[in-house]
This record gives sequence, structure tokens and C-alpha cells, in this order.
Amino acid sequence: MRKRKFRSWGPALLLVAPSLVLLGIFVYGFIGWNAKVSLTDWKGLTPSDTYVGLANYRELFADQTFRNDTRNLLVFTVVFIGGALLMGILLALLLDKGARGESVWRGVFLFPMAISFIATGIVWRWLLNSDPGAGTTGLNTVLDWFGLHSDWHKSPSAGAITAIALPAGWALSGYVMALFLAGLRGIPEELREAARVDGASERQVYWSVVRPMLTPVLMSALVILAHISLKTFDLIYAIAPLDARTETPALYMWLTSFRGGFFARGAAIATLLFLAIAVVVVPYIWYTSRKERTR
Amino acid sequence: MSRTLRHLALFALACFFLMPVYVMLVTAFKSPGEVDVAHMWALPRSLSLDTFAVVWPKLRGGMVNSVLLAVPASLISSFLGAANGFVLAKWRFPGADVVFPVMLFGMFIPYQAIIIPLFQTMSDLKLVGGLDGLILVHVVYGLPITTLIFRNYFLGLPDELVESAEIDGAGMLRTFFRIALPIAAPAFAVSMIWQFTSAWNDFLFGLILTRTEFWPVTVGLNNIAGAQTVPFNQAMAAALLASLPTLLVYLLLGRFFMRGLMAGALKG
Repeated sequence: MRKRKFRSWGPALLLVAPSLVLLGIFVYGFIGWNAKVSLTDWKGLTPSDTYVGLANYRELFADQTFRNDTRNLLVFTVVFIGGALLMGILLALLLDKGARGESVWRGVFLFPMAISFIATGIVWRWLLNSDPGAGTTGLNTVLDWFGLHSDWHKSPSAGAITAIALPAGWALSGYVMALFLAGLRGIPEELREAARVDGASERQVYWSVVRPMLTPVLMSALVILAHISLKTFDLIYAIAPLDARTETPALYMWLTSFRGGFFARGAAIATLLFLAIAVVVVPYIWYTSRKERTR
Repeated sequence: MSRTLRHLALFALACFFLMPVYVMLVTAFKSPGEVDVAHMWALPRSLSLDTFAVVWPKLRGGMVNSVLLAVPASLISSFLGAANGFVLAKWRFPGADVVFPVMLFGMFIPYQAIIIPLFQTMSDLKLVGGLDGLILVHVVYGLPITTLIFRNYFLGLPDELVESAEIDGAGMLRTFFRIALPIAAPAFAVSMIWQFTSAWNDFLFGLILTRTEFWPVTVGLNNIAGAQTVPFNQAMAAALLASLPTLLVYLLLGRFFMRGLMAGALKG
């Protein structure tokens, strides 16, 4: 350790300085600035500095659109996270037991991650088309073949937002699979073997030996899915723009600011979104970097 | 669960995952007269490139813009990420342990929370409209993940590598350029692929920061295919074309793509 004293930190700091300055401004500076905008009455093209306190937040909480969007977001988050987790874990377990041509399967389940949410949304909007009768198409045609005709995904009421969880889950369950597969492969085979020698059934091995060791992976997957769910914009925008049944705060923020010119209200929505994500992400980053330091 | 049953389950799930690709392919290759939404699952009677011929001229500009945007953006942010990663792994200055998580946080923020000040700043700097501003934005918001990728990579290399260079009298910058950078090729591949894919697939920044002639491919695609009035086959062909570059990268370099994914979950 002694020789480190003779190191000069100058060049090292110089090397990271541009990135630190840029991130300092573009991340922390802008988040602060956005929060400040949310406390003004900025409407229209010219920014306003008139301080109005928490008025924008109060208006939002009373705003029917915002309430509807928040409710949609909650439903979407639960269905999307639950679905993507279940599907991802199922895929990982199927592959963990060993399958012929594993890399091909993995490739098939993971490729949606390489495609933009816009392209994904454009294809899925047609698959989710809900026209009845002779116009029946997309998934409904397939359901029809099995005698299951339904318009569940475009019901006028509360259910429509759950339809968006299908393409979102399609896009991200491969990621969950990859995380869990890496976690499963990280468990030494000797541990499972030892349990088998002790007479544990395959099911008991998974439940008592493997499952507890996957808790950190589950946490990563939850944090990643949660933050994606909260900020999802392009996917919904490509499937159903301007549809109250599938609108979420992320869309409302964009519409109200950049279409409507209500920048202060948009900033308030953005600040709330930011806080919701920070509550999940900050402990996660803190936990992972602390674990690393004590390693 | 028996082996056969497991493979059957995998096959059924693979069908579900490939379903959108199937619809895209069969529709895009049908002759325009044959296309009918009600028969979207039917195979084409004959292969036709007519739809592509209609869609390509509308999409070409966006594809070119996205290349001009994604290539420099991923090069610059990978290079800066390499510098940061090297310093944070091998030349740790006092406080590096705090700086790293503070940088990482930028990876998770919802871009809605910075978009108003960003738009304001870029307008003031006259960087709204063209590609320069968009490149800068992708470089900056790419920094957390590229730094993470390179830091993980350099952490995996033995400290002696740096120490022996130091004993030879090489300074920090020389060690970085002469020793660290050349052996970081695998990390470069991961970082470049990840950044290229994110820049190519981004929509929000492109939507807000560019004017029509500089629209990236996602914005162009949404404009061409994002309306119910657009012919179904054109929507599918356009979505297919716009996805080809990242799909090809994925098919050819999936291994590196996968490592980027793992890094994104904060796992080395």
C-alpha cells in the first residue's frame, strides 16, 4: 500500500473529470432543475420563474387523468412484473435442467431485447387488435381456433392496460431468464449433489438449496423490471397513443408538457416518477456497492 | 419432468416468442394485393418484395440518421467509459468508492425527469434539430453503463499489470493508453454493442431533440407505421427493416450483447 502514496491523482482525476462534470449536470443538475420547474407556474413557450409552491402537485392529486394514469400504472406494474418474472423463471428452470441446443433456445427467448419498443409496439398493436366478427384478427383469431374468442385485452374498462403487459413481458422475460440462468449456474454443483446424497428429492433440492441462493437474483430482476415498468413510454405510445385506458404518468408527462405546453405540471409528474424509481433503485445501488466493498 | 416434456414446453414457448416475427415476415413478403388483416397468419402464396420497395424510400433517411448517430455516440461513450472504468478499477483516487455509485445512478433515472431541462439547455446551446445534440445526449446518458462495463472488466485483471508499468516509470495516462486500452478489446465489444443498440432503439430523445429531416429510425418508423390508417403490410415491413441492424448485431455477436445485459443488472 505504501507505494500508492507516491501516485499522483492529478491525471486520473483529469481523465474522469469530463464524465463527472457531464453527469453532474445532465443527471443531478437537471433533476434538481426539473424539481424547481415543478414549483413554478410555467405554461406555454416562455419559462416562468414564478414560485407557486406545491400547487402543481396538489392539482395533480386532484386531477382525474393523473389518478386514472396512476391506477393504470399500478395495474400494469403488477401484471407485467409478475408475468415477466414467472415466464423468465420458468424458462430458466427449463434450460437449467439441460436442453439440446441450449444457446439456440436462449437466443430465441432473448432476441426481443435487441428490438426497439417502437417496432415491438407496432407489431403487437396488430396482434392485439380487438375487432369482432368478420374483422377478427391477430391473437383473437388464434384464440378462436381454440374456441376461446374474447375481447379481454380491449375491454372498455379496467382491463385494457393489462394487454400492454403482454408485449412488455414478451420483450423482457428473456432478460429475467438470463439473470436466473446465470444465478443457477453460479451455484456450485457440489451443493446440489450433497443434498441429493442426503436423500433430498429433485424438488427439495430446488426448494431448499437452490431457491434461497437465488434471492439476490430475484432482487435484481425486481428492481430492473420495476424501473422499466415505471418509465415505459415508447411501447405504450406505439401501441395505443392518446388512449386513456392505457395511458400512464410517463405518457401524461410527455403529452402535457410537449403537446400541451404545461411544463410545470409535466415537471411535477416527472419528479413523482423520479421519486418512485429512486425509492427502489437507491437502496439497490447502495446494497450492491456495499456488498462489493466488503467482498 | 421428463426430457421430452421439457423440450415440448420449450418448443411451445419458442412459438410464442417467435409469433410476432412470423407475422412480420409473412406479411412483409406477401404481394400487396394478397394482404388482408383477417388472414394475417396465412403463409404468402408467392414471395413479393413490392412492400419493401414502397417502404424503403420512406425509411431510408431515418436509417442513415440512426447510423450517423449511433456509431459516433457509442464510440465516444465507450472511450470515455474505458477511461473512467480504468481509473475506478486500477487507479482509485480517494473517494472513488463514492463516485462510482453516484455515476451508476444515472443509468436508472427515468428520462422524463430530465427531459424538460435537457430540452431547455439544448435549445439554449442551439443543439436542437440536428444530430450533434442527440449524439451528445446519448454519450452522456451512456456513460454510467460504459463505465460499469469497463470497470468490471479492469477489476478482473491483475493489479500487477498496472504496477509493473508503474515500476517502469510509466505514468497514469501512459499506462492507460499503452497497456490497459489495448487489452480491453472484449470490453469494447460489449460496450459498443450495448450503446449501439440503445442509441438505435431510443425514441424519446430523438422525438424531442430532432426535426423531421434528422429523425432517427424509431421516430421515422413510428411516423410511417404508427397509425391505424397505414396499410398493415407496410407497417410490418417497416418495423422489420428498422429492426434488422440490431437484430443482426444480436445474431452475430450475441455473446457480447449478453454480457452487456448482465452488466446492466449490476452483475459482472
